[in-house]
Amino acid sequence: MARPLINVPRKAKRGEVIEIKTLISHIMETGFRTNQMGALVPRDIITLFTCEYDGEEIFRAELHQAVSANPFITFFTTATNSGTMTFKWTGDNNFAVTETASITVE
Amino acid sequence: MHATRRELLAGAGALCGATCLALRPSQATPDTLRAAIKKVVGNAEVGKGKISMDIPALVENGNVVPLSIAVDSPMTPANYVKAIHIFNEKNPQPNVIDIKLGPRAGKAVVTTRIRLSTAQKVVAIAEMSDGSFWSESVDVIVTLAACLEGTLGETQ
Repeated sequence: MARPLINVPRKAKRGEVIEIKTLISHIMETGFRTNQMGALVPRDIITLFTCEYDGEEIFRAELHQAVSANPFITFFTTATNSGTMTFKWTGDNNFAVTETASITVE
Repeated sequence: MHATRRELLAGAGALCGATCLALRPSQATPDTLRAAIKKVVGNAEVGKGKISMDIPALVENGNVVPLSIAVDSPMTPANYVKAIHIFNEKNPQPNVIDIKLGPRAGKAVVTTRIRLSTAQKVVAIAEMSDGSFWSESVDVIVTLAACLEGTLGETQ
């Protein structure tokens, strides 16, 4: 199964704007390529990535074929409370990966 | 009825051209790009600016093109960026990524890596909380295209 990599600062000051970096291994097959036999390779991509913090969705991205293999996404959020962030990737062929990261806010 | 040599050759050429066209994968055109943008924007007016796109102007490998989008916004509950949409002009389909943000983002800056099948225009549209839309576009030259493995033989 695909292994995600997440980079969230372990500690942050309240109200600080922090950067979150995510990377997941995935082929992101476009569905437009042909194999050696000339047949189309079926589409297999991640279609949705979400991030929840304190039970509230803070980031959502709908991905299309034009996103590179091994989708790398970085974004920012404001550190509000200590807690966990839940990252979810879902896609074709019942692809679903969930990963969490915890943050301490002082 | 005898076709002359010239007619035969012209016919063969036309036939070949038609099959070559049919074999080529569908490609987004400025029209499909416009349609895709219209789907997001509707009939609202799209202003120019407020967005800065960081993408190399000359790309060696179209499979991995780093793209960073920053939207000029205070990101307060009263005034924030609701969504950022990225489109391309000439990939097989026009959408790249659709991002939803909220006031909690603190900073409307997003980075990812995209694929470009050929030298083309990349368009970013930002939707603000007040319902206004802003756009920016960048022309990118690609020397090694993405997703062309199946069609290299025909184009050469």
